[in-house]
Formats: sequence, C-alpha cells, structure tokens
Amino acid sequence: MTDTRLIVPEKKRISRRSALKLAGTGAASLMGGLAAGPGFVRYAQAQSSEPIRVGFQVHRTGIGAAYGRWYEQTTNAAVKLINEQGGINGRQIEIIAEDDATDPGRGAEVVEKFATQHKCDVAFGTLFSHVVMGSAPRAGELKLPYYVVSEGHHVASGALNRYTFQPGITDVKSQVISMAPWIAKNVGKKVAMIFPDFAFGYDHRDYFSAAIKAQGGEVNALIPIPPTETSFTRYFPQIPADTEVIYHVMVGPAVLTFVKELGEHFGSQHPPLFGFIDSLEAVDLKSPGLEFLEGSYLWEAYPRFAGASPTAADTFYRGKVGVDANGASVADPADISTYSHMFGCWETLYIIKQAMEAAGYQGAGDKAKLIEATEAITTIPEGNEHPQGDKIFNGKIHQSFGHQNITQVKNGVGEVVYRTTIEEGLYEPEADYTKMPL
Amino acid sequence: MSVRIILLHAGVILALFLMQFLASDYVVLTFTRIMVLAIYALGYNILFGYTGLLSLGHAMFFATGLYGAALGVTRFGLGVPEAMLVAIGLGIIVSTVIGAVSLRASGVAFMIVTLMFSQAAFLTVLYFGDYTRGDEGIVISDEFRRFSLFGLEADLANPVLRYNLALAFLALAVAVTLAVIRSRAGHVLVAIRENESRTAMLGYDTARYKLLAFVLSGAFAAFSGASYALMFAYAGSTLASIQYSIHPLLWTLLGGAATVLGPVLGTALMFLLVDFASGFTSASLLVVGVALILLVLFFPKGILGTLRQRYLPWLP
Amino acid sequence: MSFFPHLLLALLEGTVAAAVLALSALGLSLVFGVMRIVNVAHGEFFMLGAMLAWWIAKMVPGGPLAGFLAALMLAPALVGLLAFATERLLLRRIGYDPEATIVATIGLMFVIQQLALSVFGADAKPVAAPFTYRIAFPWFGFSGYKLFVVAASVALLLGAWWVLARTRFGLIMRVTQFDRETATAFGIPVNQVYAAVFVIGAALVAVSAVLIVPIQQAHYLMGLDPLLMSFIVVIIGGLGSIRGSVLAALIIGLADGVISMFFTPTLASIIATLAVALVLVVRPQGLFGVPAR
Repeated sequence: MTDTRLIVPEKKRISRRSALKLAGTGAASLMGGLAAGPGFVRYAQAQSSEPIRVGFQVHRTGIGAAYGRWYEQTTNAAVKLINEQGGINGRQIEIIAEDDATDPGRGAEVVEKFATQHKCDVAFGTLFSHVVMGSAPRAGELKLPYYVVSEGHHVASGALNRYTFQPGITDVKSQVISMAPWIAKNVGKKVAMIFPDFAFGYDHRDYFSAAIKAQGGEVNALIPIPPTETSFTRYFPQIPADTEVIYHVMVGPAVLTFVKELGEHFGSQHPPLFGFIDSLEAVDLKSPGLEFLEGSYLWEAYPRFAGASPTAADTFYRGKVGVDANGASVADPADISTYSHMFGCWETLYIIKQAMEAAGYQGAGDKAKLIEATEAITTIPEGNEHPQGDKIFNGKIHQSFGHQNITQVKNGVGEVVYRTTIEEGLYEPEADYTKMPL
Repeated sequence: MSVRIILLHAGVILALFLMQFLASDYVVLTFTRIMVLAIYALGYNILFGYTGLLSLGHAMFFATGLYGAALGVTRFGLGVPEAMLVAIGLGIIVSTVIGAVSLRASGVAFMIVTLMFSQAAFLTVLYFGDYTRGDEGIVISDEFRRFSLFGLEADLANPVLRYNLALAFLALAVAVTLAVIRSRAGHVLVAIRENESRTAMLGYDTARYKLLAFVLSGAFAAFSGASYALMFAYAGSTLASIQYSIHPLLWTLLGGAATVLGPVLGTALMFLLVDFASGFTSASLLVVGVALILLVLFFPKGILGTLRQRYLPWLP
Repeated sequence: MSFFPHLLLALLEGTVAAAVLALSALGLSLVFGVMRIVNVAHGEFFMLGAMLAWWIAKMVPGGPLAGFLAALMLAPALVGLLAFATERLLLRRIGYDPEATIVATIGLMFVIQQLALSVFGADAKPVAAPFTYRIAFPWFGFSGYKLFVVAASVALLLGAWWVLARTRFGLIMRVTQFDRETATAFGIPVNQVYAAVFVIGAALVAVSAVLIVPIQQAHYLMGLDPLLMSFIVVIIGGLGSIRGSVLAALIIGLADGVISMFFTPTLASIIATLAVALVLVVRPQGLFGVPAR
C-alpha cells in the first residue's frame, strides 16, 4: 500500500460534512421554519492515550445465542492477548459488547448506539446475516467501520456499503463452490440438496447447483425446508432413489431432529451424506441420535478436532481461547464450541489491528484512512494471528478467501480428508466498493 | 375540542421538535425510530383501545408498508414519496380485505384469525424469498433514498431530515387520531367497545364502524412500516413476525389504551427500557418481563390511563 | 418413492403430529375452557418441562429409561409448582381479567425464557428416548418411540376425559366452566378450583413435553410453536371441548402431512394457516363448540 492511497484530502472531508449540515439545515427549515441545523455530526476528538473502542454486536439472546457465547469468549481471548502485546498503536482495546437479540431491528439500534453514544472507533462481530443486513446501512450512514464475522455472501455481493467488511471468514458462495470438485470426484455426481427455505439456503442452492454442474454433476432434487419446521421425516420421500449424495445444510436448533430422523428413515442403507457443520456447531457429534453421521462428510471452515498433527498456531489458539483438542470447552468437555466460525472473531480483530497500524489510526478523524488501509490488504499469512490458515483479501468486495476443509466422521470424531486450495473458492468479483464515496 | 387538549398535544410535538437541539446524537437517532414506531402503536390503539378489538396480527400491515416501500423503490423504480403513497394504499387495501373477513369473528376467535392471517403473510414473505430475500431481507441502497419534492432535494440518509420527517409524520398521526376519536364516528367506536349489541340496536351499522377502525389501524401500520423501511434502509421478514404484532399491543397497554398519547409514551418507555437494560445486562428480556408484570399488577390501565383515572379526567 | 409408501409415511407422520398437537394442547384446553383466560406462558411451561427432562436425565444415573421415568415424575411437579405461584401471586391478584392476563403472561413468558437461557444455556439439548426401536418397513424405517408417543397421547386424553366426565372433581370443573356465579352459588370454592385447574394444566403440558422432547430437542426458544399450535387446536376444536381439541388435532395433523405431499412446504403452511382462519370466520365457536350464550 502506498502513502498516497491512505491520505484523505482534508478539504474533501470538510466539504462533505458541511454539505450534510447544509442539507440538514434545509430540511429543518422545511419542517419547522428554523434557521440553524442542530449540528448533528459531531465526532469526539479522541486522545491518543485513550483505549480504542470496539463495539461488539453480540447475539447473547435470540436464536443466535449458542454462537454468541463462543463469539464472545473468542473475542475476549483475542483482545486480552492483543492488549498484553501492547495493544494497537500503543493503545489498549476496549470491548463494548451489546446484545442485539439476534434481531435486525435491534441490531441497527445497537450500531447507532456504538456510533453515537459509546463513540466506538469500529463495530464488529455480527454473525447472523439478517442482523448484518439490518445493521450495515446504519453503519454506512454513520461512517462507522463495521467488520462482520458472518460468512454470508451479503458483503461480497455488493449489497452493502463502503464501511462494511468481512475479512475474517470466507463467504458462503466461496465455501460452497470450493466443495463441488471434491464431492463430484469422491462421493457422487447426483446430489439431492436439503436446505432451509430462506436466503441462506438459496445461496447454497444457487451456487452449489452451478458449481456441481460445472463438474459434470447434477442436482437431482431441491428440497427446501421451512425455517419453522420441527419435524422432517415427511420430506425424505422427495429424495430420489438414484441419489448419490445427500447434501444437507440446516440452521437452528431443530437440526438434531433432522439428522436423527434421517437415520430412522434410511437405516443403514443410505446414500453418503455431505453436510455443512453449521448444522452441528455447538453440538456434540456423539449426541444420542447422531450415530447416523458416522462415515459422513462435513464441510468445516476450521476443523473442530485438532487431529494427530495440529499446527503450532492451532494449538496456541486453542490454548488462549480455552478449547481442547476436541473443540470443547476446557472447563467442561460436554460444552462444544462453534469452532468452525468463532475463529473469525479472532482473525478479524487482528485485521483491525493490522489496518489501524497501517493507517496510523489516531481517532475518529482517521476512519476514512482505516477504510482505505483495510481495502489495501491483499494477503493474510498463517500464524498465531490467523490460525485457520492463510487467506487472500479482495479489497474491492471487502471479502477474504481462505482454505476450506472436508472432514469425515469416524467413531464420532471428525478427521480432515481434504483441504481445499484458496483458488478453488475464488469467483469473479461482483462489485467494487472502493468506487463508493467515503 | 377544548383548548387545553390542543395545547397538550401541540406541546408534546413542540417538545419533541425542540429536543433535537438539546439532546445527544444518540437520543436524536433513537427518537427517530421511536416516533416512527409510535405511529404503528397509535393506529393499533384506535382498534384496540377505542374499539375494543384485540388483534394479534398487525405485523402483516406493518410488513405491507415495509415491503411495499422497499420493493417499490428497489424493484419498481418508484421515488420515495410515490413509494410511501403506494405502500399506504396497499395497507388500506390489504386491511380492508383482511378486516372484512376477520371481523366476522369476535373475541378470542378474532385474535386467532388475525394471528393466522399474519402468520400466512409472514410465510408469504418467505415463500417469495427470491424477491424478498426472506429472513435476510433487502438493503435499500442510498441512491433509492434520495428524492426531490416541490423542488427541494432531500436525502433520507440525513439524520436531521429523518428526525423532522418522523416528527411530522407523528404529528399527522396524532392529529388524525384526535380528529377521529373526537368525531361522531369515534364515539360510535367507543360505544361498540362498551356494548356492541346496544350500539347496533341504536341503529348504527357496527360492522362498518369496526371495519373503519380496522382499516385506519392498518393504514397507520403500513405508514409506519413504509417509513421504517425507507428511513432505516432495511426490510426483512423478522419485521413481519409475530413479535412485531405483539409490540404495538404492549406499547399501547404500557402507555395506556384508549388515551391518545398513551401509545406514544408506551413506545418510548418500552424502547428506552430495553435500550437501558441491554446496556448493563444481557437479560434485557427479564427486565421487560418484570416490568410488564409489575405494570399489570399496579397500573392495569397503563400509565396515562391511570393518570386520567386519578388526576386528569379530561385527557382524551 | 411411489405413491402408496409415500401416503403411508404421510399418514404416520400426520398421526404423530396430531398426537403431539393434542398432547401440547390438552393443558391449554383445560385452562382456557374452565378459566376462560389465555395463558401466553403456556408454551414456556412446555419448554420448561422439556428443559427439566434434559436436566433430570443428565442427573439421574441408570440410562435413558431411568431418566425418562424420573423426569415424568419430577418435571410436572416442578412446573406445577411454578404454575401455583403464578396463579397465587399474579392471576388471582388481577382477578383473571382477560386482557391483563395476556399482558401478565407475556411478561412471564419473557421472564421464563430469560431464566431458562441463563440457567440452562442457549444450546439445543438432545434427550435420549427411553427406548430405541426402529420399525423397518420395506420402503423406509420409522421410529418406534414416535408410535409410543401416539399411544401415550391416547391414554392421557382418555384419562383426562374420564376425570372430566366421570368424577366429582370433573363435575365441579364443568360447573365452574359453565358459569362462575352459579358455581359460587352452589358453594363451589371457585378460587380453589381455578388454582387446581391452572396447576393441572401446567403439569399436563410438562408431561407432554417430557414425552415429546425425545423426538425433538430442548431449546429455550421452543415454546412459541407449541403455544401457537395449541391455540389453533383449542380454538378450532371449540372452547373447553377436549373431544373437539382431539378432533381438531387429528384434522390439522393429518391435513398438514397430506397437503405437504402436494405443495411445497411453505405453501402448504400458508394454505393450512389460511384454512384455520377461514374455519374460525365461518364458525367462530370452533368446529365442535356451541355458540356462546
């Protein structure tokens, strides 16, 4: 990255701000015949000794709470470590966590709170796609850099804005297309897809269908399941007899029932399964009813089981977060983490640190520089900061791309059978955020 | 209408107007949202508070406005003012149809019928997921939120404009509510609440008046939903779910059913309570739950209802 | 899969769905029928029953059967205790006012949800069935435990019917349901009947939760679904008519299973929901209720 890219002309920023003020004044006088606008946009000048305030939008309640708890534990571990190592530009990180109830309306309010009440430097950590969608417009408008850890395709699709990034976890489109070659080669080419009947499921449906076709395979049945469903047996007759692979991705607590019923329905005679671990995050693979998963394949962003030869970075990361080699809490082996997603919080915090240091970030006035510094990131090396593996970052679509893993369940333990290359998950960028004004 | 009633309501609007010069940015943002949602509660109160009909399905009208406006600007190329009008028009059409059907039931059956219609509407949003993007929802990008009206350029991304627009909408909603409940029709609505068969015996077509109340509340809900979508740039199926049907009921009961300003107060208090509680505990639901229970035990008529009963009998 | 096995599966699943519906609605039907109040926290009593089943099964040694039996004893007792406190401290103090009850029980719903989240955590919790037996049809397999739930549901419903129709306590409940003033005039301690009915209703829903949770799993947000479904069943069946509730559960359960053979599931749900609404519009007293006096 060059210096010239990072410097924002001071004049331009001021003129934009006064334009905003002018527009506000016009509106106010339109409404109430008033002469002076209330000077809405006020940034506190941060002192360099003050901590950097990171607003953490966390799903403590609502449907995302099982994930939220682990996102919080990972975030706290990363912040503790960064602070022990001297913080960012010599300043400590302070986490300001607020519950968004896994609700897009509340999520938007929380982002407003971060920007204007807590005076956060950045906001971070959102997982569920609908909360990201509800919150991102507010972050963009309030010019609050917003780093999500969601794996949704929303950021890379161009639907959001210049201030929203997803640098810590690969998006679902990339995950899905990187799976297709291996599935076609090793499991089967006729795929029956079972997916939730809403946006997240449609991403799987659309991107995987196209990707498997490119491998000479086909999707022989699309079985969408409504998100309110608690029983699944009646959908199973829709799986054609000649199916070679059952591809399943489900979210929400009903997934255990889903797998259990699949087992009851098919017994020992069934096509091989390929599933996304999203279904089984925070769930013990040895739970009653999950015996059916034995031998099946799972996508994992970051393998839950450390295996025989974990990397030094993985061991380091597990130790700091408090997770054992089985992906369970060190304090309680029955308490399974959301291992395949929560690393995104850790890695995103290190991206924020990297970008802030590159931008020489001093305070709220440097937010534009921070955006440009984040966009300027290209490669992310593997290491303690990025234990999941190396990644590349596309600044135009604000999205990172990493390796994905295919795990086979053997004796209730996941064992990695294939690790994709980054290239297998790349696709043509659909947008260019860098052309949007700051 | 007596002078003090006009003074009270104008005073509240004026106070809200002046607040933007004193309050912090955050309060201004928060109150923008509260005012938009209060319109929803105001309409709900016409049906529930004044007419005595408890609907558990008004999220469908809120969602009609929400998606009418969101899809109107993003898919059908409408400008912001046109999309608002279309959304409200849709709200009137949908609530007329649903009202005509569901008002044939009464009491608990009415509650369930509205609940079911609303659930069907929620599922419809999911069913057309390729257009609505289901639960993930639609983000309305900035270019769709700029418009010009009477030669003035406006941008809904501007928080000051948004606050004052929300205030103007709220003032309009309060004025309409006042006009309705002080009118002859308003008295008929209250009479229906108190004793429907007697009102019918007096020669009033109660079915028509109930439909009027239903459509008014549906139009308010759509108005609120459309404003919400355009001002906060998002529409998603969560906002059509059953929680959003329960919200206006709670707000109205908290502030005081069958008082004009009750729903506004209730919306603000509940909103601030959740916001305040979530600042120091993740158990904000617990705080809300306990507040509701205490409210029922000690202020069964809501805050303004209790005030009216004890001190201010003239409060409309 | 060809038509016949498909239909067989739809019918089996429909029967199980009907049993689940009837079970979860039984307690609500009783409370709603006798006390004429809408207990919005009904679903949370269900959730608590399921959570307790999980917790007790974890605590009790000796395998799933021991845990299941212990839960069947303890969970209804604990939930009943909570219901007793609710009735005494809340419902009685507001005089069973219908609107106030809705608000108060919405409040209670939030409180119970939050406490369950804080105490038991947010993860979905699987509960092992007391026995596992897979019935192998030529075309597909089916869970034996699901059929046990159907049988248990029939037994419970028959028991409830017997108590209501054939015992003195049942008579007292029916009189109270018919008219509160008349009951008082006959010297029936209406307040105590109300307390008993509310506690029994909660205990019943806890029993059904213990029975049902092995075919689902416990989660702190699971209460909304049984609440809505119970409402539908009770209203469609007709207020306070257990026979009506059972028939409504059968119709809805089977119809849902069969409709979803022909339409996409979301569309099937839309149709089913609209059908419920229209039934009520045509017959506000429910399919099997008598018009209100």
